[in-house]
Amino acid sequence: MEAQPIISIQHLSKTFYTKTSEVHALQDINLDILPGQIYGIIGMSGAGKSTLVRCMNFLEKPTGGTVLFDGVDLGAMNAQALNEARRSMGMIFQQFNLLMQRTALQNICFPLEIAGVKKEAAVARAKELLEIVDLADKANAYPSQLSGGQKQRIAIARALATSPKVLLCDEATSALDPKTTRSILTLLRDINRRLGITVIIITHEMSVIEEICTHVAIIADSKIAESGTVQDIFTHPQTAAAQRLVFHRAGNVEQSVGNNALRIVFNGNASSEPVIAGMVLEFKSPVNIMYADTRDIDGKAFGQMVLQMPEDAAIAEKMKYYLTTHGLTVEEVQYNV
Amino acid sequence: MFDTTTWLMLGEGLIDTLYMTLFSTAMAYLLGLPMGLLLVITEKDSILPLPAFNTALSVIINLMRSIPFLIFLVWVMPITRAIVGTTIGSTATVVPLVLAAAPFIARMVESSIKEVDPGVIEAAQSMGATRAQIVWKVLLPEAMPSLIVGATISVTTILGYSAMAGFVGGGGLGDIAIRFGYYRYDDEIMLITVIILVLVVQILQEIGMRIANTSDRRKN
Repeated sequence: MEAQPIISIQHLSKTFYTKTSEVHALQDINLDILPGQIYGIIGMSGAGKSTLVRCMNFLEKPTGGTVLFDGVDLGAMNAQALNEARRSMGMIFQQFNLLMQRTALQNICFPLEIAGVKKEAAVARAKELLEIVDLADKANAYPSQLSGGQKQRIAIARALATSPKVLLCDEATSALDPKTTRSILTLLRDINRRLGITVIIITHEMSVIEEICTHVAIIADSKIAESGTVQDIFTHPQTAAAQRLVFHRAGNVEQSVGNNALRIVFNGNASSEPVIAGMVLEFKSPVNIMYADTRDIDGKAFGQMVLQMPEDAAIAEKMKYYLTTHGLTVEEVQYNV
Repeated sequence: MFDTTTWLMLGEGLIDTLYMTLFSTAMAYLLGLPMGLLLVITEKDSILPLPAFNTALSVIINLMRSIPFLIFLVWVMPITRAIVGTTIGSTATVVPLVLAAAPFIARMVESSIKEVDPGVIEAAQSMGATRAQIVWKVLLPEAMPSLIVGATISVTTILGYSAMAGFVGGGGLGDIAIRFGYYRYDDEIMLITVIILVLVVQILQEIGMRIANTSDRRKN
């Protein structure tokens, strides 16, 4: 039996009305997020993804449809019940949104104060959380004295203070450099694994999705274009919107590679095995690596590569077969992106 | 230069001026702070949207601010008499001072509160904060350094107004400057009262800015 979704969104729509026009930010969104998932929601800016995450905790009230949190309809709650529900959903932001006049420790105490937790208990819990985010030495620092990555760690600790079931991340790494981004993502994965908190990540960067998400929904033009496991979407993107995101970096290369190019997806193959080199040695014919974006995670290779195959169609065909038998997903490059 | 009586009079004037200024500022904040706060939170996209109320409050504040203080002093005399029982002296001056300063302070408070990052308010809402909690735990503390700067500007402005009240027998240094310095052509008294007023403004300004700076955690 499948677990009950922690967040279930049904036929959700959100329209903003201005004096002269109406903007359909979201249209007929359906999404089930199960406990324990790291669910990525990706889209170009203006696609409606930030509005979608705000509908999950009713910072934005949807104009249609329902949002069920742990089986209960948020739209049917009174103000007090909604505030209670929000305490079960932590949220972090692109600009961190820390209270500038409070120290790191006081910032983490803030949601506990709001929830009416006694001061000693709140401070004890805040210290515990500072340990989790690895910033115990910064308890008395003010946000202005912290780096971007440290601020986001404090914001994460603050979001976790009330022991939420879900952590909503709105472009949480978009203001950070790549190295800091990776360390924040690692922290989020740890939190997901160790504390069992469902993590929902809004981003415009495919690399963030690849890095830690188990599931992904692609949002384009106010609708969900495609959703599923990251593996499925990454290897077999069905819609134009998904293909654009998966190939966005390879996109420019493809225009210059001509017809006999292959896209190869590494999806957890043993990174110790030199598949491409092995293939070149076997057929004694070189291939041209036009584009490569692979990385090694726990001894497994993930990522993609675009190869220009030899002119000889027979060898190219054999090579394709070789790659397939070595467990790689191979596609002719023919997307119009 | 002066005899003891004159010095005593000046000392008394200084105390009266300080009393009028500080007491009026405190009272004016009792009115102006909630008004400024309401101006912000009843805006369209804020935490308590009441657009009609917001417009009405804004118009009233503008009306009160556009009346020159000297005219205001005379106009509110009936109110002053009703509250204090007299229209002469320091305590009587507090009434027009408070009524004139409150809308000014409301605008100062409004601009300070508006400096608070809307993202921080959103974060508080995402934690399930009520409106009252947002006001007391987010808006006011986060705006505090700016509010203190505003209070410093307000207190020095009110000091200037209180001197003006001397024209209608309001008491304090302004009163002395007008009665002795202006009506009796005593330049020395005029000069010395002005010097004292300048010093008081300097001291109040300095104290206010120091408090504002030490309370500001936004910079390193």
